Amino acid sequence: MIAAARCIVARDLLLALRRRSDVATALLFFVIVASLFPLGVGAEPNLLRAIAPGVIWVAALLSSMLSLGRLFAADHADGTLEQMLLGAAPVGIVAAAKVLAHWLVSGLPLVAIAPLIALQYDLPAPLYGTLVLSLLLGTPVLSLIGAVGAALTLGLRGGGVLLSLLVLPLYVPVLIIGAGSVDMAAAGLAPAGQLQLLAAMLVVAAAFAPWAIAAALRISTE
Amino acid sequence: MNWGGWSEFWAMGGYGFYVWGSYGVTFACLALEILFLLKRSHEAKT
Amino acid sequence: MSATIKWFWFASPQTFLPLAGTIARWCAAGAALLAAAGLYIGFFVAPTDAQQGEAYRIIFIHVPAAWMSMFLYVVMAFWAAIGLAFNTRLSGMMASALAPTGALFTFIALWTGALWGRPTWGAYWVWDARLTSELILLFLYLGFMALQAAIDDARRADRAGALLAIVGVVNVPIIYYSVQWWNTLHQGASVSLTRAPSMASTMLAGMVLMALAFWLYGIAAALARVRCIILERE
Repeated sequence: MIAAARCIVARDLLLALRRRSDVATALLFFVIVASLFPLGVGAEPNLLRAIAPGVIWVAALLSSMLSLGRLFAADHADGTLEQMLLGAAPVGIVAAAKVLAHWLVSGLPLVAIAPLIALQYDLPAPLYGTLVLSLLLGTPVLSLIGAVGAALTLGLRGGGVLLSLLVLPLYVPVLIIGAGSVDMAAAGLAPAGQLQLLAAMLVVAAAFAPWAIAAALRISTE
Repeated sequence: MNWGGWSEFWAMGGYGFYVWGSYGVTFACLALEILFLLKRSHEAKT
Repeated sequence: MSATIKWFWFASPQTFLPLAGTIARWCAAGAALLAAAGLYIGFFVAPTDAQQGEAYRIIFIHVPAAWMSMFLYVVMAFWAAIGLAFNTRLSGMMASALAPTGALFTFIALWTGALWGRPTWGAYWVWDARLTSELILLFLYLGFMALQAAIDDARRADRAGALLAIVGVVNVPIIYYSVQWWNTLHQGASVSLTRAPSMASTMLAGMVLMALAFWLYGIAAALARVRCIILERE
């Protein structure tokens, strides 16, 4: 079981490495979206400092969501996905492994770049830690929830936009708690509560999402 | 029963726009839903 | 020698078809009667509110619609779960039939909420916890309907929608509490959102009657729609 998971993670990482442009465009999207907000609302430093946590979180959320299409599409197109579903490894493990690989490639880089964006918004230095930690805990949850949507919309016309419509309402609690944690820190209060809540969401999502993803994959490939 | 006459009924103490805007849209929505269902039922039976 | 309950007697769409029609007709009549009674009490018996004047009368539609929007989503998820668990066709059809009516009630709750908010709070839209959660509920309904519309195969559509509905219903309390927390964190102007707990009994009576009327209407509309779905598919 562990061997199967390791194998799938390694395979997906290798495939992503060969398609570096896909990964890079998702990151670029994150940076561009975050740069659009000041252009839209004005460069008033106090305003930007106030909206920074929310903007960074929304940009990370959107970027993470856009890269979900890649999660199952390629394997579904060439039949590998059905082979995986028929294989010996439990489908839940397969799903969890694919989501892990996806997060390593699409979510973790966002966490790494977030401080640069925070710099653009002149976020006070003490808040960087909370921001990075909240994204570190939150982006895997987004990947897990998003994977359920990706599995449900496998091969459908209007896939990308439909996926957004399905998944964004489910993202709302993660966004609220994640951005809220940084806001709490900005107000001088301890963000521990929100961060613990994010950690709890991660645990619950990691426990239940693979099962839902497996069920969705079976529904979509029959 | 409090009934002050039709003009007072429609005026709703100055809030007529909001009250009747709410009730009007609600009944319009429900009526549209019923109409759509009747149409769909008619088409399904043919 | 115990008599076994024929649990799946009405699980056959063809068997359910005439029953659905009968129930729908009775519920429609009941809904009309209850609505007439509720509106009579709401407009002619309930007194004028001391703070809000006549504008509060929107409550007789707003609150029942909001209740029904949430209730129908849970019922939808229930039938979705039954359909997935027992692989019954009719349960999936029932879930699909409930969605448009539920979405409609959600829209009505939002619309009437906005028109109620303008004279009382001063703005058409406020990021009140309940209104915001209701808006997200509308997105959940529309997502469900969009997913089913995008899938051509009826069985796959039913089962995909069912999974989405179950994931959604589990998330609704989480969404509600996170939005409520967010609202308290960001509450700017003090907007008194909780009505005074003591409501005149006539107001409460009117509201309950309208809620029951909406409930019966919801049943009638959903059953009428499921009849259409059965006829279209079989």
